[in-house]
Amino acid sequence: MGYEAKFRVWRGTVRAGHLKNYSVEVNDGEVVLDIIHRIQATQAGDLAVRWNCKAGKCGSCSAEINGRPRLLCMTRMSTFSKSEVITVTPLRTFPVIRDLVTDVSYNYEKAREIPAFAPPEGVAPGEYRMAQVDVERSQEFRKCIECFLCNNVCHVIRDHEDNKQNFAGPRYLMRIAELDMHPLDAIDRQKQAQEEHGLGYCNITKCCTEVCPEHIKITDNALIPMKERVVDRKFDPVVWLGSKIGLAKGSGRDKAPVIKP
Amino acid sequence: MTPEPSDFPTVADQVAERHSYDVVVIGAGGAGLRAAIAAREAGQRTAIVCKSLFGKAHTVMAEGGIAASMGNVNTKDNWQVHFRDTMRGGKFLNNVRMAELHAKEAPDRVWELETYGALFDRTKQGRISQRNFGGHEYPRLAHVGDRTGLELIRTLQQKVVSLQQEDFREYGDYEARIRVFHECAITELFKAGSDLDSPISGAFGYWRETGSFIAFEAPAVILATGGIGKSFKVTSNSWEYTGDGHALALRAGATLLNMEFVQFHPTGMVWPPSVKGILVTESVRGDGGVLRNSEGKRFMFSYIPDVFRAQYAETEEEGDRWYTDPDNNKRPPELLPRDEVARAINSEVKAGRGSPAGGVFLDVSTRLKAEDIIKKLPSMHHQFKELADVDITKEPMEVGPTCHYVMGGVEVDPDSAQSRVRGLYAAGEVAGGMHGSNRLGGNSLSDLLVFGKRAGDHAARYAHSVRNFRAAVTDAQIESATRAALAPFLIEERPNLARENAYTIHAELQQTMNDLVGIIRKADEIELALKKLDELRQRAAVATVVGGREFNPGWHLSIDLQNMLLISECIAQAALAREESRGGHTRDDFPGMNPEWRKFNLVLALESPAGLRDTQSGVNLFKQAVPAMRPDLLELFDPNELKKYLTEAELPASIAVAASAVPADQSQRG
Repeated sequence: MGYEAKFRVWRGTVRAGHLKNYSVEVNDGEVVLDIIHRIQATQAGDLAVRWNCKAGKCGSCSAEINGRPRLLCMTRMSTFSKSEVITVTPLRTFPVIRDLVTDVSYNYEKAREIPAFAPPEGVAPGEYRMAQVDVERSQEFRKCIECFLCNNVCHVIRDHEDNKQNFAGPRYLMRIAELDMHPLDAIDRQKQAQEEHGLGYCNITKCCTEVCPEHIKITDNALIPMKERVVDRKFDPVVWLGSKIGLAKGSGRDKAPVIKP
Repeated sequence: MTPEPSDFPTVADQVAERHSYDVVVIGAGGAGLRAAIAAREAGQRTAIVCKSLFGKAHTVMAEGGIAASMGNVNTKDNWQVHFRDTMRGGKFLNNVRMAELHAKEAPDRVWELETYGALFDRTKQGRISQRNFGGHEYPRLAHVGDRTGLELIRTLQQKVVSLQQEDFREYGDYEARIRVFHECAITELFKAGSDLDSPISGAFGYWRETGSFIAFEAPAVILATGGIGKSFKVTSNSWEYTGDGHALALRAGATLLNMEFVQFHPTGMVWPPSVKGILVTESVRGDGGVLRNSEGKRFMFSYIPDVFRAQYAETEEEGDRWYTDPDNNKRPPELLPRDEVARAINSEVKAGRGSPAGGVFLDVSTRLKAEDIIKKLPSMHHQFKELADVDITKEPMEVGPTCHYVMGGVEVDPDSAQSRVRGLYAAGEVAGGMHGSNRLGGNSLSDLLVFGKRAGDHAARYAHSVRNFRAAVTDAQIESATRAALAPFLIEERPNLARENAYTIHAELQQTMNDLVGIIRKADEIELALKKLDELRQRAAVATVVGGREFNPGWHLSIDLQNMLLISECIAQAALAREESRGGHTRDDFPGMNPEWRKFNLVLALESPAGLRDTQSGVNLFKQAVPAMRPDLLELFDPNELKKYLTEAELPASIAVAASAVPADQSQRG
């Protein structure tokens, strides 16, 4: 049943920090967040960690466990051997605030730059009609709990601070795809994705998909289809001609074409 | 790590940043965001202040759906049926006007979400799909699989962002008219004077990240802080649920209502121990899941109370037929209101017919195909697989009651959501009255939207009306609030006191409430709890904090702990006073529902609001008459049903006569 685990937890602020060792009790069925809470309650009352639901639904307790981006609440202790030293560090892509808490404001800034859902004109509330099969595509992306693990692991910004300005990260490129596939959204999203939010930076290494705790196929179902549509439109001679003579139908889906101002 | 010198606080050198808004909303869950959207759309400058990151509020945990009588799946549904179900669920103690407004306005609030971009599951005709739930006569819950709360919070969050984008286009500033102050906790409300009648003038709090202070000047403050579950050990609630809004309201001179009614959701996880309490959605039962004891018996058939006998199936065969033919069969008793199911599970476990981990079995694996389970209940499938190594498509879950929701809350005017204090509003779980003694599943999300919008609209109107008479927040008020917030640090300067740890006190509080004021209550146990709360309050007053002020959870907890202790005291006092069993309040020593008690709400207030700190609880309790139901609403019920809830004297003469004329076997259809 219970045993003492060896933990190394990053402690510190933006000014300085280091890994601190803790020896801490582990009980049957516990997750890493339980252990962090036990350290907090018994050994380090000021250990900073974000968490809310402890059920994998809110996406607050993102951190790196033995270097892998994970939710602390969904990582069971039984996945480690009893002798293993478990190292918990803050997300690397975002500036540290304190201990395991990072400044994730990059994500909120990017969220704000993506034009919101544009409701169709002339359709009153209560009159929206959509087929289940059509909403399911966007619903997959709306499962996102905004843990930001995908943005954290994406090498475009993880290793290149400069790219942050021009790249929305998998989370928000997926948001654009979600709106693009929304059956009633009335804005052209594809050009924006490419020209304003850095879709082209993504070279489909699928790291984001791999760390997604909701198992959303970010690369295959959101980013690649959007890349394909951008390419289709840009290089398809028929589409090109159509757009020149005013017959553009976007990607060929049943959405009214809307010209960006 | 040694804190830097700047981390050591003294009151003298604290300067709070100041902001001025028309409306300040505390809390960013469904109610808070809906209120903020309404206030901002009414043209008022609005601040949203929340303890967690934007988009992480407890609303994300809601699973099953939003109740609204849109009639998309069964066209017989309408607001009157929804109203009736809500009153029955609350055992007729609901604020009738709130239940009426809620039932009437819920469909519009849901449809509105689609214009914000929400994507609900659809019917074959492309309308919003609706599912069955406990206590609802027809399929009524709009849903997105079993992650409806996430959809709600994300939709409202994205609507707030879209309003900010409007501001950016108009003013070049995203935050010109609506700003989110996230990871910012409010510790105090300011009033324009010390009288009970003085209106609200602002709020005070700290940034979690830096520990620095912040003061808001605002004529209207909306509390949307959610519930109190973190005072209980086994709970589905997150760390934020520390009763902040309840406590802020009390200290500002407002009143609380019905605090004895705490909902224990019947189905929380029970194994492994570390996840005990995590919610298992009611949709499992709505979609066909059944409850069995260790003998394999569907025990709920033995627990149908008299008041619900007419609406629930008596045999398994009839219950099973209902899923495909609801018009000609009665529903299975697994779908009784939550209080009934929770008590039944509790009794089965006590009688020795529980599961190995001390719950009962909830089985959907023998009722639905694996692919349907994964489609309809994806997050349950995920949750059990990841946390308990249980594949719910192949084996039953073990479940037991978990503290889930408080029906009690700030007493408000039903139409405007204003508390007894002018300028102070409350909406969502923090407000009381709407759900009576027990809330139906699905009625929470709709409550958030209906009364969130109402609070926002009315707060905006009020703020506009007093725009030329706004009271300033004084330096003395800020200094006093600063001193109170820093108290846990200053204690360390008094070396002779025994060191207390906020985490330890919190754990003891949770154990106390769970054991002594939990799902089944007794006078002597509640009295013991009140003594223990007294002791904990004294110890909490000298709990010390290690470390500095930057993102220090120990400090945050020691502030939250004061709220939890105050609200726990309210719950215990009201639980001791109400000598009957009704909804979310079950007294072992008073097992029946008593129509005489239905005539009263228990109301709590502080003896000296604003003065409360440390060791004195100062909680006052009094009985207050429940307002009578309008005749047109009374007429929605069968006379014989009313007789089970109301006293003879309360029944209108016509109904009393009619009731005696109806043969018993023809009564209570519908």
